[in-house]
Amino acid sequence: MMQQSYKLLLTAAFSLFLILFSGVSFANDTTLNKAEEHIVSGKSENKEEFNVTETILEHIGDDHSWHLWGHTTIHLPVIIYSDKGLEFFSSKNLVDEHHQPVVYAGKYNYKLFENKLKVVKVDGTLDEELTKKTWDFSITKNVASLLITVFILLFVFLRVGAAYKKRGVTSAPKGLQSFMEPIILFVRDEVAIPTIGHKYAKYMPFLLTIFFLILLNNFLGLIPFFPGGANVSGNIAFTMTLAVCVFIVVNLSGNKSYWQHIFWMPGMHWSMKLFLAPIELIGVFVKPISLMIRLFANITAGHVLVLSLICLIFIFKTVYASAIAVPFAVFISLIELLVAFLQAFIFTMLTGMYIGMATEEHHHTGDHDPHYNEA
Amino acid sequence: MFLEINPLVLPDIGLVFWSTVAFLVLLFVLGKFAWKPIMQAITEREQGIEDALSRADKLKADMSKMASENEALMQKAREERAVMIKEAKEASDKMITEAKDKAKGEYDRILSDAQQAINQQKNAALTEVKNQVGALVIEVSEKILRRELSNKAEQEKYIKELASSVTLN
Repeated sequence: MMQQSYKLLLTAAFSLFLILFSGVSFANDTTLNKAEEHIVSGKSENKEEFNVTETILEHIGDDHSWHLWGHTTIHLPVIIYSDKGLEFFSSKNLVDEHHQPVVYAGKYNYKLFENKLKVVKVDGTLDEELTKKTWDFSITKNVASLLITVFILLFVFLRVGAAYKKRGVTSAPKGLQSFMEPIILFVRDEVAIPTIGHKYAKYMPFLLTIFFLILLNNFLGLIPFFPGGANVSGNIAFTMTLAVCVFIVVNLSGNKSYWQHIFWMPGMHWSMKLFLAPIELIGVFVKPISLMIRLFANITAGHVLVLSLICLIFIFKTVYASAIAVPFAVFISLIELLVAFLQAFIFTMLTGMYIGMATEEHHHTGDHDPHYNEA
Repeated sequence: MFLEINPLVLPDIGLVFWSTVAFLVLLFVLGKFAWKPIMQAITEREQGIEDALSRADKLKADMSKMASENEALMQKAREERAVMIKEAKEASDKMITEAKDKAKGEYDRILSDAQQAINQQKNAALTEVKNQVGALVIEVSEKILRRELSNKAEQEKYIKELASSVTLN
């Protein structure tokens, strides 16, 4: 009964998701071919050089449309909140048939600058003041990818959870359940218990959610085409959100001894205490910031590396460059697979450690040990 | 601001918003309907395995305890049996001895009775013999006395005759 209602909920949510992306355009081949010729000739006139930086930044950055293959593109919905209220339109309106940005007249005039939505004045120039006042909540490529991740995770783990309820604890796990159980046990036995200790159970949902969300986003980011292709876990906004969540959880679960060690380090001379307090206070913020930057930098670096290798072909303007570039790109992709898992693991592990440090109980007063093994 | 130098390190409010939504939805939905039952089931199963193992250990200990108890019991039984056999043997020996003693006593009693009876009979017989002898003597004496008076030679002959006819015993 319960399970059925979840399935219904999932189906409904997924349908809504599909409706949001209904703006898939199948452009007329002939016009596009002409258009392409036009663009190519236009480009060759304007700039001879192939701009690697621009290409790579475009690929690892966010976009308002999701290019599938050939001339097929999903135009994702744009949602804007400004002082004139909420606005909702398809990103199809922001580009012309040559995929060049055009001005869309909504409540304000909008135009894309380097794939970012900005407000423009009537004459077509950037209006910085108004741009700062508008909030872009669009379903971008990254958001869409993130939502796909959410649906996959919900689908997989609600099924696994239901399997445990249905099959009970006495029978051995089966299928998806038996595939996920070792990973869940890994998070519990290798991450949660060694870092947090006996209070681990309370934080397991948080750690598991973080771990699987990062892991799946990392993996999807490595797939070069549709369900993947977006660079969610290599986007600072995503890692920042997770880091803020970690910051909130860690500091909300901090006990008396945790705060005492930050503001008035026990067992030190008072001058040392005064000296240490600001450092420790900075540490409180640096910990989640390091999480944010580590994940963002690792994933982005991997993507940049693979894209750079592929770009070699275009830099040398010869197909023979692929003989070197492609095997290297495959090799780096394999390493990226490892990194994808490793970064999810490290993020979760460090989160566990920060929680462990915040909830650690010092049974004896004047514990002067530096606790190197905990950090 | 220095962040605007590189678009990569400039977080979009949109993605921050949707990430927060996505993460919180996942945390609460999965937390309630996936992680909780999964962790519960895993913990329960592990507890069950642990219990089963400790039960098995306890059972094993109980078994060995029982085995040693059995052994002790057997030993005790064996000892008891030996004691019983010994006691039985003693009892039987005693009984035999007693029976022997009793038989011997009876035998002695019967013997003494018999002897007594024999003696009695003998005495009675002797008394009778004596009486008879007495009577005979008197008879003979009477006859002798009667003859004596008539004939001396005949008297003597008669005495001899009488004496030869008397057979004592």
